[in-house]
Amino acid sequence: MSIENDLPLYREQLRCNFPQLEDTFSDCLEEALALLSEQGIEDYLEGASLVCMIGRGFEPVLVYLEEIPQVASLIDEEMLNTAAQTVWKLSRSPNGAAILPLLQSLPEAARRLGSREQMDHYLTLILDMMERTTGSIHGFHATQPSPGLPEILNQMPHLLNQLSLEGLHNWIEYGIRNYNDHPDRQRDYFSMQSADARAMLQRERHGTLFADVERQLGLYMLAMWRDKPHFVPYSTGWDELRKPMPYFDNLGMRLPDVFDDSETGIDGLDRYRAILAHMAAHQRWTQAVFADNLSPFQRIAVELLEDSRVEYLTMQQYPGMRRIWRALHPKPIEDACDPESQSCIRHRLAMLSWAILNPDSHGYRNPDIIEFSQRFHEMMQNSDTSTQDSLKLAIAFGAKTRVQSDQLPNVVFEDTVVEYRDDNRHLWKFIEMGDEEEMFDEYENEAQQNDEAPQGLPPRHYPEWDYHTKTYRPDWVSVYESLHQPGDPGRIDAILDKHAALAKRLKQILDMLKPQQYVRIRYQEEGSELDLDVAIRSLIDFKSGATPDPRINMSHKHDGRDIAVMLLLDLSESLNQTPQGCRQSILELSREAVSLLAWAIENLGDSFAIAGFSSNSRHEVRYQHIKGYREHWDDDVKARLAAMEASHSTRMGAAMRHAGHYLEHQQADKKLMLILTDGEPADIDVKDERLLIEDTRRAVLELDQQGIYSYCISLDPHADDYVNDIFGKRHSVIDHIDRLPEKLPELFVSLTS
Amino acid sequence: MNDIDQYKIHEEPFYQPQGDEIDEYAAAYAARLPVMIKGPTGCGKSRFIEHMAWKLGKRLITVACNEDMTASDLVGRYLLDANGTRWIDGPLTTAARIGAICYLDEIVEARQDTTVVIHPLTDHRRTLPLDKKGELIEAHEDFQLVISYNPGYQSLMKDLKQSTKQRFVGMDFDYAPADVEAGIVAREAGVDQDTATKLVKVGEAARNLKGHGLDEGISTRLLVYAATLMGKGIAPRSACRMALVRPITDDADIRGTLFHAIDAIFD
Repeated sequence: MSIENDLPLYREQLRCNFPQLEDTFSDCLEEALALLSEQGIEDYLEGASLVCMIGRGFEPVLVYLEEIPQVASLIDEEMLNTAAQTVWKLSRSPNGAAILPLLQSLPEAARRLGSREQMDHYLTLILDMMERTTGSIHGFHATQPSPGLPEILNQMPHLLNQLSLEGLHNWIEYGIRNYNDHPDRQRDYFSMQSADARAMLQRERHGTLFADVERQLGLYMLAMWRDKPHFVPYSTGWDELRKPMPYFDNLGMRLPDVFDDSETGIDGLDRYRAILAHMAAHQRWTQAVFADNLSPFQRIAVELLEDSRVEYLTMQQYPGMRRIWRALHPKPIEDACDPESQSCIRHRLAMLSWAILNPDSHGYRNPDIIEFSQRFHEMMQNSDTSTQDSLKLAIAFGAKTRVQSDQLPNVVFEDTVVEYRDDNRHLWKFIEMGDEEEMFDEYENEAQQNDEAPQGLPPRHYPEWDYHTKTYRPDWVSVYESLHQPGDPGRIDAILDKHAALAKRLKQILDMLKPQQYVRIRYQEEGSELDLDVAIRSLIDFKSGATPDPRINMSHKHDGRDIAVMLLLDLSESLNQTPQGCRQSILELSREAVSLLAWAIENLGDSFAIAGFSSNSRHEVRYQHIKGYREHWDDDVKARLAAMEASHSTRMGAAMRHAGHYLEHQQADKKLMLILTDGEPADIDVKDERLLIEDTRRAVLELDQQGIYSYCISLDPHADDYVNDIFGKRHSVIDHIDRLPEKLPELFVSLTS
Repeated sequence: MNDIDQYKIHEEPFYQPQGDEIDEYAAAYAARLPVMIKGPTGCGKSRFIEHMAWKLGKRLITVACNEDMTASDLVGRYLLDANGTRWIDGPLTTAARIGAICYLDEIVEARQDTTVVIHPLTDHRRTLPLDKKGELIEAHEDFQLVISYNPGYQSLMKDLKQSTKQRFVGMDFDYAPADVEAGIVAREAGVDQDTATKLVKVGEAARNLKGHGLDEGISTRLLVYAATLMGKGIAPRSACRMALVRPITDDADIRGTLFHAIDAIFD
């Protein structure tokens, strides 16, 4: 039976009266009949009717009719119904604008996900996102369409290309959590405009990330090539049309930022190594040659033979590379190119390259390929070949195999791109340097660069812990470090004079803490000296027939204090308050306490640094250097301490990470970070008060892992509510703030003795 | 002390000269100058001394120094026995009495206060006072002191005092050039030259990483071990992993890199 006969029958089942339908229905149906079962066709038309009923015009119906049969054939026919129902749900919400993008995303999703279960997850994910980002007024009726939904659906092919469903889920979650109350930012995120979106995507991507293996690649280059190149990763995710290629110049080696395992079983790390080996081989064995006298075809032939030559030389040294390169090299099929209608130049060269890589098993019959593969191997028998030899052979090959059709615009690219080879820009030098206009540009650029002299230290970025997802937000916080402005050091001396009595008492305690040079370890079986008491006792035991104690020696050991201390001061606005019953502000009391403590620690000789921090949103965490580990307690330090001021908020986690990064590099047995604060971590751009508390808790755990002991001294009488969560038992709350100057050094002493 | 022949070396230890070191050492011995030998671990320092002792026909007493070693471990001590106490000569005293070459291996491992006991033996006096015993030993005319250490270990804490350093003539040792080293590996472990060359390449890869997470590269000794394992029928890659990688590092990245180097070199 033919379609023409049954067409009206099917048309009747589709309850939809758009006039445009008449033109396209038969074509769509034809395809559907080829792909679907009888029951399927019924569901298909039923679904289309439903889509028609939503009243969104003709386009959704058309897309449904065109795309869905394919989806159903890839997954199963249940999809016909599911898709229509999902569209229906969307149409009952304010998100009608997303219907079309959703339908259009389905075929790609079906191709990528490939199973019923995955597709269900996918649709649930989309609906869930829709629900959570759709705005409502007074919390009753959803009225505001989701700003991000159409955007993300438009990005879907790209996203699915890069992410697993799990990764997609995480990526969406992140966007919703951080931008749900900011429609413009949400749109930016889901349309992949914002830096965050890209950073998150990078983190969730599958494959071997460059950032994860950078050290290994550095070690590889050092071990195998005695080279320490600078690596510059480029992103493969954005430029769909012109795929960037690896290359190197004197600024470094450019590598893709991520590699999946290849289909031929080479893992991502080895793919990186394949590229590096190839480029390192070029660096070692290739000399640049003049390009001016060669035609473009000759140049690509030279490049190819030079690639083969340096690889051959590498494999002489590291025969194991052959396995990796062979697996990554495309295998051109001999008859895949038709010289009558296509330009076969790339295809021919790729065949030659493959034949050279597999001298025994390429199986090509083309006499030119066989001849030149042999000539190449004969050439390589000579132990000192050069780029000039590749050049000669390449020109001979070009002359021998050139055909008219090479000029055709229809060039065969399939199976000719060797992914691990660089673009060979280093191979060429030019007699003519270019015209004046370009030179002028260069000059302009130079002038511009000189204008931008860096001001102060560049920011350091730290991640922040998000307790909802148990993940880090990458590079979330920017910490700016600067030297604290100096003031009058005399103020600090005055403070020390004022507390002279306290200082005297402290000094007595400190003297007791000072390290004793030697400690005797007794009862040693082996030691530096005979411990006479024990030895005689043993001898008596021995003579009287009892078992003597063999531990008759003693030895000595150094017992020095080896502590590095970091004192981190919260300099947020609240320090300017004067607590009830005090005559001084918290800031002044802190200054006194810190002065005494610094004096005490200097006396003990422990390595010691002071820094203050405050924050004004995540983009500006100020970290102010007051005393460094190598500085002594001198007038410079006192001046900075005297000028200490308080303003803004308390983003503690970032400051602790930054301080930890310095403390980590100190050489000491024990590392202690004291945090003096008057309130809980908080910042103006964070609404969820748990967030920074959890982040600080995380920072404490990180410091623990680095062997840094953190301890909090809180001046907030209500601190018990949260400080326990952050620091566990490692905190003290000082209720009588006016006694801080005496409490702080005491605390330090008891902590470190 | 009737068993002084135990210190004699009867068979020629294999040593592959790399320069004039044999003549230089022989000259130093002829003048009885104390000798200091520096070089990375497993490059053949101890083997060289054995070889020279054999060549010169002298006895050799080797002491491996360690942190817990005290002066009395070198010089000698009183031990208690059933009848009271008894003096036992230490290795240094024995060497001085019988006229042997006393070789203190990895001398920096011993504490500085221990190493000063060698001072009187290393200048014109050539005597060793045993203060606990009240005896002054004149060194036998064949006696010579040799120390070795590995500058790579040198931390702030582990260095020789200047007063100790300036009593010795010094000789530098390093891993042999690739072809010589391959010859040594082939000769020592009885493998073919090609395998030995490949092993040396792995060794070189690791030595390039020194200072980047490896304190020391793969020593010639380990290369010989790997070759020996291959001789016992272990597959080359497994033997390399076993002898060349696992002992020297636990750093996952470095292991990964070296494993790859082995795969690339042993096709």
